[in-house]
Amino acid sequence: MSEQKKTFVVTRFDPDKDEKPRQQSYEVPVQPDWKVLDALNFIKDELDGSLSHRWSCRMAVCGSCGMMVNGKPSLTCKDALSNYGDRVEVTPLANFPVVRDLVVEMDGFMEKLKSVKPWIIVAKERAVEEGTYRQSPEELEYFKQFSMCINCMLCYSACPVVGNEPEFLGPAAIALGHRYNMDTRDEGAAERNEIFRGEGTVFACSYANECSEVCPKHVDPAAAVNQSKINAVIDWATSFVVPRGGK
Amino acid sequence: MSEIETFRHDIVIVGGGCAGIRAAIAAVEASPTASVAMVSKVYPMRSHTVSAEGGAAAVARDDDSFEMHGFDTVKGSDFLGDQDVIQYFVQEAPKELIRLEHWGCPWSRNEDGTVATRAFGGMSTKRTWYATDKVGFHMLHALFQHSLRFDRIVRYDENFVTKLIVDGGAVRGVAALDVRTGAVRAILGRAVILATGGAGKIFPFTTNGNIKTGDGMALAYREGVALKDMEFTQYHPTGLPGTGILITEATRGEGGHLKNSQGERFLVTRDYGVGTKAELGPRDMISRAIVQEIEAGRGFKGPYGDYVHLDLTHLGQDIIDKRLPMVRELSQVYGGVDPVHEPIQIRPVLHYMMGGVDTDIDGATTLPGLYAAGETACVSLNGANRLGSNSLTECLVFGARAGRVAVQYAKGTDNGNEAVGKRVAAEESGRLSSARASQRGGEKLAQLRRELTRTMESGCGVYREQASMDATVQTVAQLKERMSDVRLEDSSTVFNTELVAALELDNMLEVAESLAVSAAHRRESRGAHTRRDAPKRDDQNFLYHTLCYYDAAGPRLGKKPVTLGKWVPEERKY
Repeated sequence: MSEQKKTFVVTRFDPDKDEKPRQQSYEVPVQPDWKVLDALNFIKDELDGSLSHRWSCRMAVCGSCGMMVNGKPSLTCKDALSNYGDRVEVTPLANFPVVRDLVVEMDGFMEKLKSVKPWIIVAKERAVEEGTYRQSPEELEYFKQFSMCINCMLCYSACPVVGNEPEFLGPAAIALGHRYNMDTRDEGAAERNEIFRGEGTVFACSYANECSEVCPKHVDPAAAVNQSKINAVIDWATSFVVPRGGK
Repeated sequence: MSEIETFRHDIVIVGGGCAGIRAAIAAVEASPTASVAMVSKVYPMRSHTVSAEGGAAAVARDDDSFEMHGFDTVKGSDFLGDQDVIQYFVQEAPKELIRLEHWGCPWSRNEDGTVATRAFGGMSTKRTWYATDKVGFHMLHALFQHSLRFDRIVRYDENFVTKLIVDGGAVRGVAALDVRTGAVRAILGRAVILATGGAGKIFPFTTNGNIKTGDGMALAYREGVALKDMEFTQYHPTGLPGTGILITEATRGEGGHLKNSQGERFLVTRDYGVGTKAELGPRDMISRAIVQEIEAGRGFKGPYGDYVHLDLTHLGQDIIDKRLPMVRELSQVYGGVDPVHEPIQIRPVLHYMMGGVDTDIDGATTLPGLYAAGETACVSLNGANRLGSNSLTECLVFGARAGRVAVQYAKGTDNGNEAVGKRVAAEESGRLSSARASQRGGEKLAQLRRELTRTMESGCGVYREQASMDATVQTVAQLKERMSDVRLEDSSTVFNTELVAALELDNMLEVAESLAVSAAHRRESRGAHTRRDAPKRDDQNFLYHTLCYYDAAGPRLGKKPVTLGKWVPEERKY
C-alpha cells in the first residue's frame, strides 16, 4: 500500500515534570485506510513510548478514545485520517481536567451519570418467575436511541454550557436519565424529573445542538434535553393536581 | 517509601465486564452487609463485553428445551464440556436473561411484545436473545448502570492488579497499581473473584480489544492455580481483514451466505461436515472450511491476506438496518463496503479462549478464596469449542454463582493479616518503581509483542502440527527471557501506559506459553484444536481436560477427568 507522511502535533503534559502542556511533533508514515488512532498507536509503539492515550476496542463502541483533532471532538478510532491534511493536531478533550497527555479526568461524569439514577426504578420488583415485561417494538423505539450512548464524552467537549459551567449535568447524563424515563418498564420518572428541575440540569441547556452534531452514535442528546424540559414541567404542573406517586 | 494505602472489603472483584459486574450485584444481593470492591484497569463500561454483537443464548420458545440446548452445547464442545456444568447452565440461562430484562436491557421484541430470538451457529432452534447487533454493548451498559444503585459496590476504576495477596494458603486481596497516581495499594478482601476476560491480544489478528491481555489468568497461574484446556482457541469465521473487527454470526443467523471467488456457497456445495446447517454450522468447522477454500485457491487476494465473501445483499436494506445496523456501520467505516449492495470481505479471526483458570461449577479455584468467572475462567461449559451466544450468558450465570458462593465463603473466613497485604503491595511498589526508573535494556516492547503474536499464529492457528507448535513453545520461552531486558522510556508515575503495557505483556507471555505447551501435548484433533498430523479425535487417549501449572523451569502439565453424563461421546457430524 502506498505510504504517505503526515505531521502529528500532539499535546504533551506530564504533571511530574511539566508546569503546563506543550506541543510535540511526530512524522508518521500513514496508510490510506488508517484512522487517527492508528497514527497515535504508531507513535506510541515506534517513536515515543512515553505518549499516553486511552483506547481499546478500535471499533467505535467502547468509548475510550475521544480526543480533539484539529480542534474538534473526535472518536479517534472512527475518524479517518483521509479527512485531514498533512498536519494533524491532537489535543485532549476540551472541558475536562487533563491527567496526562491525551488522558482526561472522567470522575465528574461518573458522578453526574449516577445522579440521574440510570437504572429501572419500580415500586415492587418483578420476580423472575413472572417472566419478561411485554414491550412492543414501538415502545422500545421511545427510548432505544437514547440507550446508544457509549459515554465517549465528545458531547461534553462540544457543549458550550459545560465549558462555562463545569457542574452542568451535561448531554450524555441527561440523555441517559431520559432514556429510563421513556422506558415503559420504569416508574421512576417523577424522581428523575425532580432532579431535572434542579439547578444546573436541563434548563441550563442553551440548545446550541453541538452535542447532537458531534455524537458518533446518533444519540441526539439535544432532543433528550428538550423532551426532558417539557416532561419536567408537565410533571411539576401535574404534581399540583395528582398527588405524588398517584400514577 | 511512602505509606501503602490499604482498603478493606469482603469481596474483591477484578474486572468490570459482564461477569465481574454480575458477580458484584449477586454478592451485594446475597448479603445485606457485604462490601464489594470492583477493581478494573479501565472504566467498567470500556470492558470488552461491549464489543460482543450477536446475542445471548437461553431457551425461550415452545419448540425448545433444556435438553436441546444442553445437547447442542455438549456436541458443540466436541464432548469436552462438563455435563453437570452444562445442565446447570441451560437451566439458569433464561432466569439470568429475564433478570437482565428487568434491569433495563433493551432486548429486541416480537410484535406481541415478547423478547425476540434469532438463529445461531450450532444451535438447533432460535434461542439467541438479541438487542439488534449490539448485544454486548447493551448488556454491559444495562448491568453497569444497574450496579450504580448499590453503594456497597465500591469501584476502583483504572486500577491494574499486579499480584494476588496470598497468606496462610488462602487469597486475601490484591495489590493494585492506581494508574492515575502510580501508587500501589493493597485492596484486601476475604475472597477474590477474577473476571478479566480472555487473552486474544496474544494473537496478531483478533477481534479482541487492546485490553484483552489475560491478566486474571496470569495472576492465578503465578499463584499455582492451573490453567485448563488452554489449547482450545476459537477462530471466529468472519472478521474484517486488516483490523480483525468482528462481523457477527448473526449475519448468518439472519440468512447471510459465505461465498468463494467462484460465487459458490461452499458450505452447501462441498462437504465440510456441517450438513444442512450450512452457514449455521459451529465456528470451528466454518473457520476450517474458509481456510481450506483459501488454500485451494478459491479465495480472493487482498492487501491483508486472502479472504472470502460474506454476502448479505439478498437480505435487503430493511432487515439489515433493523437487525444488523452495527454490521452495516462497521462494514462501511472499517471495511469500505455497504453490505446492502456488496458482499463483505472476511476471514477467520482469533476471537475467544475456551480455556482459562480451572474452576469447579461454583467458580472456585484450588486456591481457597479465589474464584473466576467468564472468559478468564474455564468452568468447562465450552469444552473444545464454544457455541456462539453461549458466552454472554455464561458470564451472567457463572458470574452470579461465583458472587453468591464467594459471599458464603467470606462469612466463614477472618480478615487475615493486614501486614502481609501491606508487605506484598510494598514489594510490588518497589518492583514497579525500579521498572519505571530503569530506562535501560535493549529490547523494544512493541517488537517483543509483535514477535509473540506472530509465533502464536504460526504455531497455534486454525491448523496446527507438532513441529510448528514446538517451535512456538521455544520462541515464547526465549521471548520471556528477552522481556527481562525490555527498555521502558517513560519514567512518569502519572498514567504511565507504557508500564501498564509492559505488565500486560508479562501476562500475555505466561498465558501464551501455557497455551502453546498445552497445544503441543494434545496429539488429536478435537473442536478448535485441529492438527494436520493427527486429524482424528482420540477419546481413548485424550478425553480429558489439560491442566497447565506454573513452574519456574517451564509449564508442567496434568489431567482432569471430563464429567460425562447422559450424552455419550459420538462422532461429531451435523
